[in-house]
Amino acid sequence: MGQNFSDRGLKKSIDWKLVITYLLLILIGWVNIYASIHSDGPSSIFDFGFRCGKQFVWILTALGLAALILFVCPARLWESASFPLYLITLVLLVAVIFLGVEVKGSRSWFEFGPVRFQPAEVSKITTSLLLATLMSQSGFRIDRFRDLMLTALVIGVPMLVILGESETGSALVYAGFIFVMYREGFSGWWIAAIGIAILMFVLTLTASPYTAMMVLIGILIACNALNNHRRFNVIIAVNILVFVLLALLPWALGQIGTEESFIRRIKPLYVLIGICVCAVPVFLAKGFRERNRFISLSAISVLAGIALVFSVDYIFNDILKDHQRKRIEVLLGMKEDPSGVGYNVNQSMIAIGSGGLTGKGFLNGTQTTFGFVPEQSTDFIFCTVGEEWGFIGCLVVIALYVFLIWRLIYDAEQCREAFTRIFGYCVAACIFMHLFINVGMTIGLMPVIGIPLPLLSYGGSSLWTFTVMIFIFIALYRQEKKYY
Amino acid sequence: MATEGRSRKLIIGLVVAASIIMGKLFYIQIIEDKYKINASNNSMVYDIIYPTRGIIYDRNGQIIVGNKVAYDILVTPKEVTPFDTLMLADALGVSPDFIRDKMAEYARNRRKIGYQSMVMLKQIKPEAYMKFAEIQYNFPGFRGQVRSIRDYPFNAGGNLLGYVSEVDQKYIEKHPGEYRPGDYAGKTGIEAAREKELRGEKGYHIYLRNSRNQIQQRFKDGEFDKEAIPGNDIVTTIDAELQHYGQMLMQNKVGSVVAIEPQTGEILTLVSSPGIDVEMLADIGQHYDEIARDPHKPMFNRAVQAAYPPGSVFKLVNGLIGLQEGTLTTENAYPCAGGYHFGNHKLGCHNHKSPLALEEAVMMSCNAYFCYALRNVLENKKYSNIGEALDKWNEYVQSFGFGHKLGSDFPAELGGTLPTSKMYNKRYGENGWKFTTIISISIGQGEIGVTPLQIANLAATVANRGWYRIPHIIKSSEGVEIDPKYNEKQYTMVDTTNFKKVINGMWRAVNSGYGSGGTASVAAVPGLDICGKTGTAQNPRGADNSVFICFAPKDNPKIAVAAYIENAGFGATWAAPIASLLIEQYLNGEISEERKGLEKRVLDGNLMSRVKAER
Repeated sequence: MGQNFSDRGLKKSIDWKLVITYLLLILIGWVNIYASIHSDGPSSIFDFGFRCGKQFVWILTALGLAALILFVCPARLWESASFPLYLITLVLLVAVIFLGVEVKGSRSWFEFGPVRFQPAEVSKITTSLLLATLMSQSGFRIDRFRDLMLTALVIGVPMLVILGESETGSALVYAGFIFVMYREGFSGWWIAAIGIAILMFVLTLTASPYTAMMVLIGILIACNALNNHRRFNVIIAVNILVFVLLALLPWALGQIGTEESFIRRIKPLYVLIGICVCAVPVFLAKGFRERNRFISLSAISVLAGIALVFSVDYIFNDILKDHQRKRIEVLLGMKEDPSGVGYNVNQSMIAIGSGGLTGKGFLNGTQTTFGFVPEQSTDFIFCTVGEEWGFIGCLVVIALYVFLIWRLIYDAEQCREAFTRIFGYCVAACIFMHLFINVGMTIGLMPVIGIPLPLLSYGGSSLWTFTVMIFIFIALYRQEKKYY
Repeated sequence: MATEGRSRKLIIGLVVAASIIMGKLFYIQIIEDKYKINASNNSMVYDIIYPTRGIIYDRNGQIIVGNKVAYDILVTPKEVTPFDTLMLADALGVSPDFIRDKMAEYARNRRKIGYQSMVMLKQIKPEAYMKFAEIQYNFPGFRGQVRSIRDYPFNAGGNLLGYVSEVDQKYIEKHPGEYRPGDYAGKTGIEAAREKELRGEKGYHIYLRNSRNQIQQRFKDGEFDKEAIPGNDIVTTIDAELQHYGQMLMQNKVGSVVAIEPQTGEILTLVSSPGIDVEMLADIGQHYDEIARDPHKPMFNRAVQAAYPPGSVFKLVNGLIGLQEGTLTTENAYPCAGGYHFGNHKLGCHNHKSPLALEEAVMMSCNAYFCYALRNVLENKKYSNIGEALDKWNEYVQSFGFGHKLGSDFPAELGGTLPTSKMYNKRYGENGWKFTTIISISIGQGEIGVTPLQIANLAATVANRGWYRIPHIIKSSEGVEIDPKYNEKQYTMVDTTNFKKVINGMWRAVNSGYGSGGTASVAAVPGLDICGKTGTAQNPRGADNSVFICFAPKDNPKIAVAAYIENAGFGATWAAPIASLLIEQYLNGEISEERKGLEKRVLDGNLMSRVKAER
């Protein structure tokens, strides 16, 4: 095997668009790493005493790895080796807690002389491989309980171990696999439910539990109304009426009654919950009678919403760690803190904002080069792009990423083998999560979660991981092209 | 399950997410100016202008704390080129090794420092700076920055004034958003109490720098510069001359002297000895260890922080309570056979005539008399038991400002201690104690702890015949308002009429002449009508403490003084001379010829050998 690729040459069997996008991104990364540290005085971009020179080494080795995967490793190997590989990384993940070196408060790195490596990165590859193996089995149905549990196990175990290493960022990336599950038939309502739960969590913290509940009920009423076959019926009209009345309640309570009167002491939230507690059984019964699961689920989600709203305080204050809570508070604007936790974000937004439309030009950034932005060549590399290349530069970089992810999905959809398709989706999901969390962090959309920007950030671990992931997919894809 | 079209939905999701990112980027890069303004801030150099601290005046307009100029030497390690270490060390007056060590330290932390400037030397004198300024062009990267530091034209009490020093990390965290490293703040005394008024507001000059971090020119010709706002001046109630004189009298003695203007509660003098010399205050950092190591603890402000037994001066309070309660009359005389006898025990007294009524009991400080006085209060049938009577007594004593913080504007004031029935019940058991168990509180010993400030306040209260204003050291002045509570009269629970005989006794204690039995004849100054009460308080660590409180003149008093000298023996030997000299100096402006000898004895007196160090 692997001897017979005369039928389709290299030129046709490899998706060069993917490869070129990949090369462009690592090139952009390298140039910006140089820009971000050039004030420290590397003599040239190849100066091995500095990160730009080291990154050049990483890039060369990554390209070597890519060639190895494309031309040496048999592509068939990946599927059959996925389970042992997964187990090995799991062992490494646990071992690093005891044997690793401590970096910035989390023990997640192995150190061999000058080389450091993070099992959490490798775990992304092996989890993707095993996930693809599992989900491509014939007869696998994600809506079947046993299969769903197996999937959750494959994703959840490394995720929990990584959480245990306090690498919140890396663990969060695993949440991206839900998109893969969605593609393979997992109900989209789950994604919607998670989205609404996050929205309610944020609203409870920033506005009030009342607002959060009203948003939930509003969404449910709207969905029910749209889902209804008859465009208008009495129950929906009553629902909307009650909703509007409830929306006016806090304001109305403020209007009537004097300062001391008991009316002022009525809490709108308890009125709302009282109404919900009365209404939920009615709707449950209605849903059961009409065999309308949608109505029943809506009623249950109201109850879940109440539980969520009341547990937010507990989750926020007792489960989250101090620094995590502070980051969320700063992100949501609950606390102004430009010199403390908010310092990084504030500095990075200043750096990006100062770039304007066209940027200050290559090596002309002042924010990133003078050390105002911390972690400038790793997690905050996007600042350098934003400051020196401006909005246009950002647009190009984001567009390249969108193209890369789109191309991965597009190619995956072309594949006949489920394994290749699912693995392609896993790669796309990982890159997407990294992109959104990292860039979101630098522009204040996400809390400060330290994960690298794929292919751009300085560091061998991350560059190698994404190189391996992308090129395994290219190799798998090439194999399809070769034989079908 | 239908999965067709899901890839399309996911791609739509991807595009939406990318649009959100691009939208936010569009907002911060193109629409919102906030980040651009801030961003230019970072490419500007803010040269911070430190404000001058407010000046502290005494009550007569004399400057007691002013400012003088000093220079910090700043280094920007990135701009430093190889230089002549010896030449620089010579100009700055430091050793070449010091400079080498500093430069090596900066080199080690170069990544952390980046383009920042570091303070290499602090507060060098203008003369030294001038020497450096002449050759500064040889040393790129080095520059001087003006700082104003404290200057003390008058030696008026290191503990009282307090010191200013650079804020540390803990201090910055305690006052969020107010200080940055390198700022100075008042740490003790008046400097700390009035930090908010004194500190002023920092300003800055803005310079532009290019991407090579070279400073180019003033930003818009200084249009956006902010000038520093100097701190507010503070007027204290202190009389600088008197404070200085008090310190002279107290040198080589351990203890406190506090003088108060009775009508206003204004503190004229507050000496804690040994104290911090003002010479050391300006550069506290250099002397801190030396001061902290001194076994006599000069940092410890005895006048407000030391709780002592008051001794016999407390008899005044017990007598006044007896009169108010009606258990004592001014006429009743009690016998004294060398003391107060109970069972096989005796609380001894010195030799004087017997029996004595109130006025003479105060004059001669009879122990037995005041044992009867307190017994009558505590065994009053009005109260169901001695505990209830004691708590009533406690309430009376509290009304004189004892047993709790007076509430002065001085930081770190102590409240002292007073016994309660609860305390004795705990110690001796319910009904396990009677008057004779606690007899020593009759004469101001035992479980009573008071500060010199509190007994000075007692002198003022007696001078006012029954009320006081809370002692304070800051006067209202432009830009500085004091708490209105300092203007309110605090009434004791004893009526004005009851003070007459007690004050007569105090007058006779001072002015009856030697041989009359008056305990404080040494304090008499012709024409000043000083009224006083001596005290000799037992000190478990060595000789007795010498105590004296007094006020003058008898009618319309102008000054009330308490002197508390540790291990100095009888009240009349050291405390009374010191307090009376202070009064004489304040009221007459000089010491009369006849009393020059006494003044010399006090000034030359050295009691340090009697004091056991390390309290």
